[in-house]
Amino acid sequence: MQTVQVPSTPVVYHRQQPLLWVGRGFFAILGLLVLYILGTNLIKNPTLFAQIFISGLQLGFVYAMIALGYTMVYGIVKLINFAHGDVFMVGAFTSFYAVSKYRLHQWPNTVFPNLDPGIGVIIGAITVILLSMLVCMILAITIERVAYKPLRDAPRISALITAIGVSFFLEFYGALNFVFSPRFIPYERPFEVVAWYIKDGIHRVLPGQQAPENSITFSNIFLIIIGVSILIQLLLQYLVRRTKIGIAMRACSYDRQAARLMGIDVDRVISFTFAVGAAFAGAGGVLYAIAYSLIWTQLGILPGLKAFVAAVLGGIGSIPGAFVGALIMGQAEAMTMGYISTPMRDAVAFTILIIVLLLRPTGIFGEPEKEKA
Amino acid sequence: MELGFLLGSLLKIIAIIAYIYGLMWVLGRPSIWAKIAGLVGAFAVVQLALTDINGFRLLNNFDNGLLFQACAMTMVALGLNLIYGFNGQFSLGQWGFYGIGAYAAADITYRWINGDARGLLVLGLGTLLGTLVLIGINTWLQRFRGIPVLSSFTLYLIGALIAGTVAVYLGNQLNPLITPLLGTAGEPGPLNTPAVQQIIYFLSVILAGIFAAQISFLFGLPVLTLGSDYFGIATLGFTIVVNTLMVNSDTILPFPEMKGGRGMIGIPKLTTWFSAFFFMMLVIIIMRNLIHSSTGRSLVAVREDEVAAKAMGIDVAGAKLFAFVVGSFFAGLGGAVYAHYIGFLSPGTFDFLAGFNPLIIVVFGGLGSMTGTITATFGWIFFLEGMLRVLLSQMGTEAPTWRFVLYPITLLLLMLIRPQGLLGSVEWGFLKGPQFTPAPRSRPEPAHESVA
Repeated sequence: MQTVQVPSTPVVYHRQQPLLWVGRGFFAILGLLVLYILGTNLIKNPTLFAQIFISGLQLGFVYAMIALGYTMVYGIVKLINFAHGDVFMVGAFTSFYAVSKYRLHQWPNTVFPNLDPGIGVIIGAITVILLSMLVCMILAITIERVAYKPLRDAPRISALITAIGVSFFLEFYGALNFVFSPRFIPYERPFEVVAWYIKDGIHRVLPGQQAPENSITFSNIFLIIIGVSILIQLLLQYLVRRTKIGIAMRACSYDRQAARLMGIDVDRVISFTFAVGAAFAGAGGVLYAIAYSLIWTQLGILPGLKAFVAAVLGGIGSIPGAFVGALIMGQAEAMTMGYISTPMRDAVAFTILIIVLLLRPTGIFGEPEKEKA
Repeated sequence: MELGFLLGSLLKIIAIIAYIYGLMWVLGRPSIWAKIAGLVGAFAVVQLALTDINGFRLLNNFDNGLLFQACAMTMVALGLNLIYGFNGQFSLGQWGFYGIGAYAAADITYRWINGDARGLLVLGLGTLLGTLVLIGINTWLQRFRGIPVLSSFTLYLIGALIAGTVAVYLGNQLNPLITPLLGTAGEPGPLNTPAVQQIIYFLSVILAGIFAAQISFLFGLPVLTLGSDYFGIATLGFTIVVNTLMVNSDTILPFPEMKGGRGMIGIPKLTTWFSAFFFMMLVIIIMRNLIHSSTGRSLVAVREDEVAAKAMGIDVAGAKLFAFVVGSFFAGLGGAVYAHYIGFLSPGTFDFLAGFNPLIIVVFGGLGSMTGTITATFGWIFFLEGMLRVLLSQMGTEAPTWRFVLYPITLLLLMLIRPQGLLGSVEWGFLKGPQFTPAPRSRPEPAHESVA
């Protein structure tokens, strides 16, 4: 304990922070170190760098689809919806059953035999994604009604524990043999993978052949993921900015009590938010399963957590923020896998979370939070 | 047979909980001799039950294992209850500190019995130097007012890294002096007798606890400034990072004897009932005395209302950090005891999914109730592990999954129906805190005798 001498003259307290340069300098040096490593690698082997960048982009766009749900739900009910990653998993499994068991992706060609097979596959794949989105929506609304709604006014930690409980329930109930089984399941893609490589122009990688060395390869899955992800972003922007329910959502996230006073059915808006977020996560789950073609019941935990980190990085509650944060997360993970070591990818994600929360707790796009209990 | 087994398990659970309650009742007596007699008696009763008398043992090997596991888990859960129940910081990092304690202590004794004193030297010097450096930096930082957390964290981190490097250097220099006395695993030297090994084991447990506490200090300092649920996610991230490092302990970290994801084998099984009981009672007594001190009341005040606590002159950030560090210290002790009981550590044990066990125990037993936590731990371990043995024979490999299906449902129902836990904050006997008998108060003399 330090004895404080009473000053004889009144002291004017400035909000000065001594030694601030120590902390800032340390993290600046860390940042420069990361930039130096990336820069030397870029100069040493630009094609490898570009290849890693592409895989990071693919990962980032998948994370973006999950992060939207986190950020919207957190914006309105201030709850970290831990079960969101498992909704993503359910989306992947739904599409697995639709494709492998019921051959849903072939319905246009069985119903209309004269249809061009290319168009048939596209329509079939879209049907599968829509089905997964629908199942995820129903699941999320059920979870919200059963588990979260009774705890709306409870302490935030109770709601968080409940969310963790729901997440566990989905994972381990799914791991039972009569549900999904605990094994890793190879996922059958509804369409063929076509890859291209860039070397003196864009060429197609022929089946059974390798892409030549020092070339950048990308596949149609990469293009589809980017396309769907951007489409969803635009759709969501339209939904939130232009429609009546979107305005209600923004009102609720600004001040729930006032929104209720203005005649907004807050419960319906919250359910709708959960449903929209879950639908996007379901689409993300299908695309993730198609891209990495291996699914199991704990598939959703780590992507879910990383998408949450991405949402925090971009500024939780902000939709463009979630998108940008997810792209950064994808790059960070891919660069770690490429240049440091594969197992450290999870460690890097959480290190980023901690550093972001320390340096800029509101995230990149976040506004300073107003003090609320 | 299964009905008999179930009834036997039930009886054992009731007996062990009655035992704990009886011990707490005896410890709650005012006389110091009663307390000492209670401790010795409680130790002797179980020791007797574990001893083989003419081929008869009251508690078989299986129960013995459950007992040690429950002791270790009690330490972890009490630590978490201090952080979450009493101080209100929702932490999922307890399991990470448990793992750190387990691996640190196991490394010391493993190296010691294999003729390498570096584990003890480096960790001992490291914790000593680290503590000195952290205290030194703390006293130096007292000069400044309103220092940002970022800077103080950087200074502490650099100090700890320097201390660690110096400890590694000194340990490598001092190692050749001790190595000849240790002998090898085949022919143990004079410092590798069972008695010395027990001393090293006790040292390693305490060092592991201090090491976990130091790491929790470095980690908690920046992270505790975050809001409640961000703190939960950050600590979950900590557990995942620790688990990742464990899986790669032989490739990324320089510990080939930990063998990464294959698991560390060959840890000497040095945990006896005496050490398990000793450390459990140490944790219980430290924590009970802490909670009923002014520091403990300030921790509870921070949980109830941070702003009001600050207005009362409580250092809120300091109180949070203190609870976090002490809780992690307990977790480190528990991990060390567990490692020397089981003799085998694999990263799968310290998976973050398993890390929800202490949380469920604490929530179930009651937030802010030591009695509840201890009861819940013993009931939990004996009931679930006993049930698992019955269920495994009937359902095959699906039983553990079913267990994890039932946990969250229990947790959900508990959160919906009784969020403060089964026992709330009820305490029993010794854990109720010191009972002061009020001095007999004479009625004050009326100042003015009214004239009738």
